[in-house]
Amino acid sequence: MHMPEPDSATLERRDRVIADLAAMTGGESVISSEDELRAFECDGLNIYRQLPLAVVLPETTAEVSAVLKYCHEHGVKIVPRGAGTGLSGGALPLADAITVGLGKFNRVLEIDYDNRCAVVQPGVTNLAITQAVQHEGFYYAPDPSSQIACSIGGNVAENSGGVHCLKYGLTTNNVLGVEMVLMDGEIVRFGGKHVDAGGYDLLGVITGSEGLLGVITEVTVRLLKQPATARAMLLGFETSEAAGDCVSRVIGEGIIPGGLEMMDRLCIEATEAFVHAGYPLDVEALLIVELDGPKVEVDYLLEKVAGIGRECGAVFERVSETEEERAVFWSGRKNAFPAVGRISPDYICMDGTIPRGQLPYVLGRMNELSKQYGLRCANVFHAGDGNLHPLILFDANAPGELEKAEQFGADILRLCVEVGGVLTGEHGVGVEKRDLMGEMFTEEDLKQQQRLKCAFDPDQLLNPGKVYPQLHRCAELGRMHIHHGKLPFPDIPRF
Amino acid sequence: MSSMDFKPTNETHVVDAIRWAISEREPLSVSGLGSKSGLGRATNTAHVLDMSAMSGVRYYEPGELVITVAAGTPLSEVEELLGENNQQLAFEPVALNRIYGQAEKGERGTIGGLVAANLAGSRRLKAGAVRDHVLGFKAVSGRGEMFKSGGKVMKNVTGFDLSKLMTGSMGTLAVMTEVTLKVLPMPEKTRTVLVYGVDDDQATRAMTAALNSPHEVSSAVYLPAAVARLSEVGRVGDANTSVVAVRIEGPEPSVLERASEITSLLGGFGRTDELHRTNSQRLWWETSEASYFATGENTPLWRISVEPAKGAVLARNVLSETGGEGYCDWGGGLLTLSIPGNPARSARAIRQSVAAVGGHATLLRASETVRSTLDVFDPQSDGIMALSRRIKKAFDPEGVLNPGRMYATF
Repeated sequence: MHMPEPDSATLERRDRVIADLAAMTGGESVISSEDELRAFECDGLNIYRQLPLAVVLPETTAEVSAVLKYCHEHGVKIVPRGAGTGLSGGALPLADAITVGLGKFNRVLEIDYDNRCAVVQPGVTNLAITQAVQHEGFYYAPDPSSQIACSIGGNVAENSGGVHCLKYGLTTNNVLGVEMVLMDGEIVRFGGKHVDAGGYDLLGVITGSEGLLGVITEVTVRLLKQPATARAMLLGFETSEAAGDCVSRVIGEGIIPGGLEMMDRLCIEATEAFVHAGYPLDVEALLIVELDGPKVEVDYLLEKVAGIGRECGAVFERVSETEEERAVFWSGRKNAFPAVGRISPDYICMDGTIPRGQLPYVLGRMNELSKQYGLRCANVFHAGDGNLHPLILFDANAPGELEKAEQFGADILRLCVEVGGVLTGEHGVGVEKRDLMGEMFTEEDLKQQQRLKCAFDPDQLLNPGKVYPQLHRCAELGRMHIHHGKLPFPDIPRF
Repeated sequence: MSSMDFKPTNETHVVDAIRWAISEREPLSVSGLGSKSGLGRATNTAHVLDMSAMSGVRYYEPGELVITVAAGTPLSEVEELLGENNQQLAFEPVALNRIYGQAEKGERGTIGGLVAANLAGSRRLKAGAVRDHVLGFKAVSGRGEMFKSGGKVMKNVTGFDLSKLMTGSMGTLAVMTEVTLKVLPMPEKTRTVLVYGVDDDQATRAMTAALNSPHEVSSAVYLPAAVARLSEVGRVGDANTSVVAVRIEGPEPSVLERASEITSLLGGFGRTDELHRTNSQRLWWETSEASYFATGENTPLWRISVEPAKGAVLARNVLSETGGEGYCDWGGGLLTLSIPGNPARSARAIRQSVAAVGGHATLLRASETVRSTLDVFDPQSDGIMALSRRIKKAFDPEGVLNPGRMYATF
């Protein structure tokens, strides 16, 4: 992994920068000793590690603003950080950058049931939002599997998903407003409690911008009423093609389940051994279909799904009869990563999305790749929206295996793009998929995105080295290549 | 220079037209079928870039819930095709041709225009706006560069979400040539529960109660008596009083049960009734497209987005100062106000009230004269305006695409 060369002038000024930051935030908010910095050296993509120049943990928006303004004036880079659970290295520190952690922004500021929204600080965990409102029967819909730990600010930065986003949307569909500090220290607010803000949809632009456009200091999220009932169904199939076919038919029938997940044999075996969820061990693919809503609707749709399952050749079928049983059905899926962690010293998790119809083809090709690389691959996916999570198993202590696993992963992502899909469905580009951006985008495509970056952060001090494989200077990107008066009159139909 | 009107039939033509505009320093007015020409500030751009010849469905796979069309494809053509497959654009597209007095043309505009204006109808609260359904696009920037963003899949966080930036940008950043939209199944069954004779406060409470129930309400509107009487749906138009309408959609057994639950939930507010499929469709279409005000009188119309719980009161306060009438969709979060007289005067009252609670107002209908002097879209905070200007400059440095259409200065 190649990161931008650290700026030696900044490294030399380290003591001075730390002292200045301490003066503006109160000394305890700045972390500079190597021991303490260790805690920040990586995020959820822990194969890459780097100590930051220093860490600042501001407590107020004014402090964030002061820190950014100072860094802007002194040309010091910033890496924003939420809970550090991201899986693509978006919060990976840089040797010459200040990591700005939002952990102290941990308060729920307002709950407004009449407008079905909550205003929270960015360090509040995803699950804590639901916990704050569930006594009134409300919840916050996007549910990434790290929801106990991951922060809402990080969710906005990554546009996080989860098993429920097939029916309820991603973070971007569930955020109403954001307060953000721009790199020059300016504080701006996008959206609010109203659903349609005016002007350019900058709220939509900053959601999923991976810390490249600003530092989020407040988030207004939409709350939904808990569905009256939820029941889960397990359907086992002898081939992954049959399971894939069942997924397409369910959606094709006009049924949008609350969750629609798929696991392959290796994954079923690993999770069943780990949590004993009652999964069948004699099938090649298992679907978990969750239906939520009014009881009468859930019962009605479960029957339809079961019928489709049988037509597609399901050899195993079970429906949860109690809330406890539903939780047990999900426990395997939700523990898929640690379960796979038990059968392999290391693994990396991929995150491509493909058109649903390509599922059998892609699974077949992944099997071939697995043989070719000599590495096992366990598959869990959000089958309903075509978002794959192949887990490539390897041993980091075996020389060359990490590189081999990374190449295997890159091949899977290329395959996703080849069949009309994308590099990442919910984990973000970060550093992990940065160098693959060219597989999906032309130089021209990437330039437009980077120009947007320049409008927010012309000196490119925010999270450099992430998302975009090549850094262009903003002045160069801004140049126009058409010279006045030198173009012939265009030959275009007129009317 | 005399008017040069371009009608490209492929992407390269669009590039050439924009490069010509840059080199001649002659801005272009980007247009589809012209159904939304009354939206935005009036500009006197001499040259038109007419995208209506770039039309046609390029990819549609009902099982994938995705459709890709050339940007100039008529909305009505797309809606018809989706309908044949029992699918729809769930955000409920809003056409403006009726309120702009062009109903006879039968043109509901193009997909490109729909996306550029980001106008969603009554289902917006549950299903999201246009911006929530744009999965990807191809476009030519104001630099004359062809580019794409997003993709053809539901879940995608690869790079910045430029689809959001393009949606609602009124053609000021780039000219879209192709759009990929998420489509969803049509509901099996629809019912609308009506509650009669409620005042502003009761209406807000009734809509909040419905939206805060677990019954998955997809729309809630409050039509004061003066607006309700304009409805062509008998049970609303002839009621001679105000009406709150709440829509429930989904599988049949579920809808029947939920409609009865909602009826008992709201029974305390006033007499109730129910609309079935045809009447329900008509009511929500009238409401989404503000066709209550498609009377040919062209009274200035405002579309105001505020926090739902404060909408009805805000409407009452504004109207008591300015005169006129209006209704509250999106559970109170979207006000459509018809206010006679000079919009410059009502603009002050509206913008003050909206600024006090947070929100955004658009002058949806006004004469060209008014729209050439008055802000049609509320100006944003200084910080956001500066940011928006830099974004405009990044995509369209010479200002050749719809200059002045969104804001006077860029």
